[in-house]
Amino acid sequence: MRFLPLFPELVRQLFREPATNRFPAKYLPPTVTGFLHDVAAGRARLTPPVPTPPEFRGKIAYARDSCIGCGLCTKICPSHAIELLPTKKIRIWIDQCIFCSQCTSICPKSSLTMSPEFLLADEDRYSEDLIVE
Amino acid sequence: MSDESKKAPYIVPIGPNHPALKEPVMFTFEMEGEVVREVDFAPGQAHRGIEWMGMRRNPVQIVHLTDRICGICGVSHTLAFARAVEQVAGIEVPERADYIRTIIAEFERIQSHLLWAGVAAHELGFDSLLHLTWKVREQSMDVIENLTGNRVNYGIVQVGGVRRDIVLEQHPIIDDCLGTYEGLLGKLLSLFLDDKTITMRCRDCGVLSKKEALELCTVGPTARASGVNVDLRQDYPYAAYGDLDVRAILPEQHMGETHGDVYDRIVVRLLEVGQSCQIIRQCLSEMPAGPVTAEEKLAKLLAICKKAQGEAIGRVEAPRGECFHYVRMDGKDAPHTWKVKASSYSNLMSWIPMLRGEQIADIPIIIASIDPCLSCTDRIAVISHGHRSVLAKEDLHRLSVEKTRRLQR
Repeated sequence: MRFLPLFPELVRQLFREPATNRFPAKYLPPTVTGFLHDVAAGRARLTPPVPTPPEFRGKIAYARDSCIGCGLCTKICPSHAIELLPTKKIRIWIDQCIFCSQCTSICPKSSLTMSPEFLLADEDRYSEDLIVE
Repeated sequence: MSDESKKAPYIVPIGPNHPALKEPVMFTFEMEGEVVREVDFAPGQAHRGIEWMGMRRNPVQIVHLTDRICGICGVSHTLAFARAVEQVAGIEVPERADYIRTIIAEFERIQSHLLWAGVAAHELGFDSLLHLTWKVREQSMDVIENLTGNRVNYGIVQVGGVRRDIVLEQHPIIDDCLGTYEGLLGKLLSLFLDDKTITMRCRDCGVLSKKEALELCTVGPTARASGVNVDLRQDYPYAAYGDLDVRAILPEQHMGETHGDVYDRIVVRLLEVGQSCQIIRQCLSEMPAGPVTAEEKLAKLLAICKKAQGEAIGRVEAPRGECFHYVRMDGKDAPHTWKVKASSYSNLMSWIPMLRGEQIADIPIIIASIDPCLSCTDRIAVISHGHRSVLAKEDLHRLSVEKTRRLQR
């Protein structure tokens, strides 16, 4: 039984870089939206997010032109996030999507793909960013 | 106040929601001074209706629902469900898929046990160790993300196989992670087991004897820490475990004796991290080539599942113990019946002998020591016309008898 075996590790830890990536900024800005406006205007710098791994499952991308309206994706979607429109095209409600990528595997025309986009937080679940059609 | 009432045991209710509890459960402690005299608990505070949702979906969709039963042991539930459906539908899983399932399941065990070790350190008030453990846990999460696409809710297991292959370029990433953990294991063991404070807090605290562990049908690390030699991977091999060399980890292998206390549960879980590393290494070297799924066309897979008739059980050794799925299909899109028994369900009753006679300050670590996962477990709360009730065993028995009578008619 040794006394305080963690102590040397803690001292070492003092001189190391923190493991956390400080996204979007080193210190939490007073308003995130205000900070993003500042970034867009070039007044502030955004700490880049951790890069996504290969084949990451992010927001669905839909190639409308190649879709044949077979409706297989609506049958396979576990969260009923895909709606078949009367125009034989689909509409995807991203706020309901669970990013399982099952629709992209069943699509016979490969019209659906997963993009690496993951910053999808929104105040309105029906906002334009969260509906793909 | 009379002297009599001062002496009488007083009741401390903790829960259903309490800062000391990570998940909703209601405890009633009968205290005498600092010592717990009697304890009772009421699970069933977190009903999510997962089985109800499942019985309205087809197996390919349910696989993603099972991922979300538990945030930590997602692949165990999915694997148990997929194995049940595969048995009903008579689908033969390719060998390579079995190996990939094993690798993911073992990575899940590594991250789950490290998460638990951090929680245990936190419950002891040892937050620097919590942060250190969770920092090293990140690497296994990163590898899982690389292999499956997500840190949690992996979505890699599908009925009939897996959805992604492990390609040769990913081997160095896995090797690197395993090397880190094999190097770290000695350090973690020393940080947890040689620490005087942890030894004083955990040794002979929350003891569960071998007899009690057997009587209460405990599973997983909780049972193994009490010296019960059970491990589904050794007793009832599934996926690739039949080809691998897996032996249940018991505390006497490392410590020379079994106490059945919180300390032994730490020993078993930390040693299992090392065992999982060995299993993954063995899987990587022996992995055969071939397809990773029995049926690549999902529409065809749906048709096979729709035709299936019968019932089956899928059992998987989750990080917390045996996880059990019962599925009955009767030629429709959705299964006729789907029942989940999470591993914590078997372990919850062991709280009572563990907590009896312990001090109030030891309650958090003893409760955490079985690694309870209540959101997986709870599924019998019933809300009817705004009146909420939890079904007891007698009620369930009565309902069961009534159903039998109804069917006989």
